[in-house]
Parts: sequence; structure tokens; C-alpha cells
Amino acid sequence: MSLDTVKVGFIPLVDAAIPIMAADVGFAAAEGVRIELTREVSWSNIRDRLVLGHFDAAHLLAPLAIATSLGLGPIRERLSAPMALNLNGNAITLSLPLYDELVRHLDADLADPRATARAFAALVRTRRANGEFAPTLGMTFPFSTHNYLLRLWLASAGLEPDVDVRLAVVPPPFMVDAIEQGHVEGFCVGAPWNAVAVQLGIGRIVHLGVDLVRSCPEKVLAVRERWLGERPDVAARLLRACHAAARWLSDPTNRWEAAERLAARDRLDVRAEAISRSLEGRMPTGRGAETRFDADYLLFDRDGETRPDPEHALWLHAQMARWGQASAATAEEAAAVYRPDVYDAALGLIAAPARPRPVDCFVDRAG
Amino acid sequence: MPDRPLKIVVIEESPVRAAILEDGLREAGHSLVMRIPDRANLLERIYAIDPDVILIDLENPSRDVLEQMFQVSRAVKRPVGMFVDQTDHSSIEAAIDAGVSAYVVDGLKKERVKPILDTMVSRHQAFAKLRAELDQAKSQLEERKVVDRAKGVLMRQKNIGEEQAYALLRTVAMNEKKKISEIAQAVVTAAELLK
Repeated sequence: MSLDTVKVGFIPLVDAAIPIMAADVGFAAAEGVRIELTREVSWSNIRDRLVLGHFDAAHLLAPLAIATSLGLGPIRERLSAPMALNLNGNAITLSLPLYDELVRHLDADLADPRATARAFAALVRTRRANGEFAPTLGMTFPFSTHNYLLRLWLASAGLEPDVDVRLAVVPPPFMVDAIEQGHVEGFCVGAPWNAVAVQLGIGRIVHLGVDLVRSCPEKVLAVRERWLGERPDVAARLLRACHAAARWLSDPTNRWEAAERLAARDRLDVRAEAISRSLEGRMPTGRGAETRFDADYLLFDRDGETRPDPEHALWLHAQMARWGQASAATAEEAAAVYRPDVYDAALGLIAAPARPRPVDCFVDRAG
Repeated sequence: MPDRPLKIVVIEESPVRAAILEDGLREAGHSLVMRIPDRANLLERIYAIDPDVILIDLENPSRDVLEQMFQVSRAVKRPVGMFVDQTDHSSIEAAIDAGVSAYVVDGLKKERVKPILDTMVSRHQAFAKLRAELDQAKSQLEERKVVDRAKGVLMRQKNIGEEQAYALLRTVAMNEKKKISEIAQAVVTAAELLK
């Protein structure tokens, strides 16, 4: 039997695991699909090549899928997200000197993002008073949760992210370099780059992404809306293969095999240990053997999380609107990018899962 | 009123590829071409140059850094967009196929951007051809090395001269309808195994 080829672009990140495992462990072949993976160096390339049809599907920042559909970037095309590739998975890492500087300004618990944000605001004021530069923080793309998480955190203490600090785009594989060479003093990025920076002894994790926003939408499997219409059967088989891969990834007994496969040179090209820790949610946070465990650190599909929830798209759109990227009037159009109907049809689901995961942001929590 | 010359920035790590592109642009009459070879403080350097057109290699991850310019309009004197308009997929496709992306300041006339795009595409093809020739020359050199080693093996094992060893390789290659280098590789591999 000849297999239908589906071309998929990805960025070297742990949350590209679902399509990579679907291709490499055999879930795609079981559905009669051959996934041809292409590792890309930039989100812009992935977006353009998906829009132009070089790729049939892509590992994409959820906000970038929405932005492209709304025409907020340089190229416009209706994209659909028939599957969420993960929730959470990010962390904020600071250089060792900036971490110590933050701790010196701390007036409450280091685990409380409101307290750390206040300390950050205080250190920004101290620097200003001393005539020193404001900190530069790295994030991965203008339309990314990394951008929004940093902004949420800083704004909770009254900082104006566009004025009081500098937010600079740095591609994920260069984050660790950027902090080492002093181009940024901290960053928000996905796995495994926080664990890598900590293990190299050049950064400390101040917050896991879940400290700020729990059940935070992150990457989606993005396709052209037109492609869904043209090849509905192939799309459905791709989704089933990816769903099987997601379930496989959520089984702890497969963790090490997944980490080793992701570590391969043509995949992430990073040591398997850092990947395995990120998959487990047991993150090295600082000097020595300090670790933090959070079972939700990176969620693939423990309980139906791969089903794209339009409420998540709305939450992302609200962030885009808050920071002037999108008009509030386009919320409905943004929500329509998420396609639980396509997901349900492909998996043969008749009812929505009983426990959807609402986005839980720290600024809305009782204090 | 004649159009003022365009200021073009080329973001390219490979000096060879950059030189080929810059040459092409100069031939096309663009004398204000500047190259940024690395990633450090990219946006600041671009703001300082204040270019009309930015060309970037698609293998360069700094493309995502450029995309930030769409979002931080406050920091940019002139807003920048990807070349031509959003709906012109064919121009975008031609460039992406050629491995380059271009960003131009808003309002720059299409007629002025098109020739730059054409230059980019043709120069990229020239570079690809050059690289293919280089690869071919390299593999020819490798083949010659393998043949030399196989001749050495045969000369030692069979106690024959160089010309005879080469004739033997050639005869076997002809009989088996293979390239001499393939037979030579087999001889070398066998000799390694039997060591």
C-alpha cells in the first residue's frame, strides 16, 4: 500500500514531540500516512512555507496561527488548528546576576509571581535611579505566549513592558547563547532551553510557565483551511496518528524513549537528559541539585488536552488585543481558527470531554 | 523627479553568498548595499542604517527578529513590511523558493522592488550552481583518493605495478558496469575488513 505523504515543518522544541513521534514511532504509518518532517530555523519560515503549500501542516505558535488568519503579519491566509499540540511548557529564566538582583528586592515569597514582579519593578526603578540600562528580556516571537507571559508578569506590578524594559525576539535555540553573551539578561522560552541554561550554570528559573498561567495554550498543529477542505481524509488520518502519539507520550514508561528520539541530530539535537526532565516536569531550577516538580509543566494529552478549545483561542486573542496587536472586534474570527469539530470528527467523538481546562491566570487568582 | 537611490541591507552570514548578491545588486545599479554578517544587536543596527530594503537568507534564524519590526512601530521611524502586498503570493513564493526573504519600507513602489527581487532570485541560482560545482569538485577529489588507495592495496596484495593495478580496476568496472570509484571503494572496504 502506498502511503499518503504529509509534509510537516517544526522548530526544535520539546513540544514538537507529537508530530515527531507520530512520524518516528510508527503511528502515522499505521494510518497509512508518511510524515515528512522538516526542521526549520524560524517561525517566519514555517508560517510562509505553510501558507505557500511547501508544508501541509506545521508545529506552530498558537497566537501565530491566529495572527496569520487575521492578517496581522506580512502574509495572510486562513489557517486552522484542528489539534492543540500542548498546554504549558514554558519557564522564565534569569541570568545569575539578575536573579540575585531580583532576590535582593524581594519583599515576599519567591514562589509568588506577584511578589517577584514587584521585585522586578523595584530593580528596574533602582537601575533607573542609578542611570543604568533597563533589563532586556528574550522571547521567541511577537505572536507568542512567551511575549504575553512576560508582559502579564511585568504588568502585574505596574511596569509598562514597551517602556520600562526591552523585550527582544531571540530564536529558541539561541536563547542560551544570548544570555551567556549578555545580549539578554533573562528570557521566557519553551522546553528544553530553560533546563539547558540551568544545567550549563548560566541561568536560574524564577518561574515555571504554570506559576503565571496554568493550562496556557501553546503550540497547535496548524493547516491551511483550504487543505482541510481538499484532503479531509488525509487530515483525519494525520489527526488520529498525532492523537495516538500524544497518548503514547503521556505514558511515563515511554518518557526515555521519547527523549532519546527527540534528542536525535535531525530532531532537536540536544542531550536526552534535559528533554527527559522537561517531559517529566521535574525541572532543575538553580545551583546544585535544586529541582521543582509540577505534573502540569508540559501537558500533551493526559485528559483530552489535544482537543482545541476555542476558549483558549479567545484568551490568546485577548492578550493580542491588550497589547495592541489585534482589534478587539476580531475575537470571533480568532476563536474560529480552533477547530474542535474537525478533531471530534477525526477521532469519532460524539460529545465534548467532560473536563475542559480553562486558562487559569495568576492575576485572576484570589490573592 | 528621479528616484533617490535605495539603501539596501543584506543580512547574510556566508561571505560568499553575500558577495554574489551584492555584486548582482551593484550591477543592477544599486550602490548603497550594506551587509550585516551576525546576530548581535540586529535591530539597533538596522535602525541606525535606516534602509529601504532588507534582504535576509531564509536559513538565517534572525528572520524572526525582523518580524518584531512589524510590532514595535513606535521604535521604527518607518514601518517595514514584507515586500509587495499580502495577496501577491507568487512574488513571495519566488523569493522563498530562492531561499531569501525581503522586507521593504511601507509605500515603496512595486516597480522599484521587483528588479531587486529578480536580482535576488537569479543570484541565488548562481550561488546554488556554484555550490553544486564545488560539491562536484570535492567528490571528484574524494573519488581520486579512493582510487589511489585501492591501487595501493592491489599493488601490495598482488605485487603488481601501478598501471596494472589501475587496469585491473578498470576491467572489473567495465565488466560489472560500475564506476571505477565504486570498485575502488569495494576494494578499500574489503581490505579494511580483512586487516
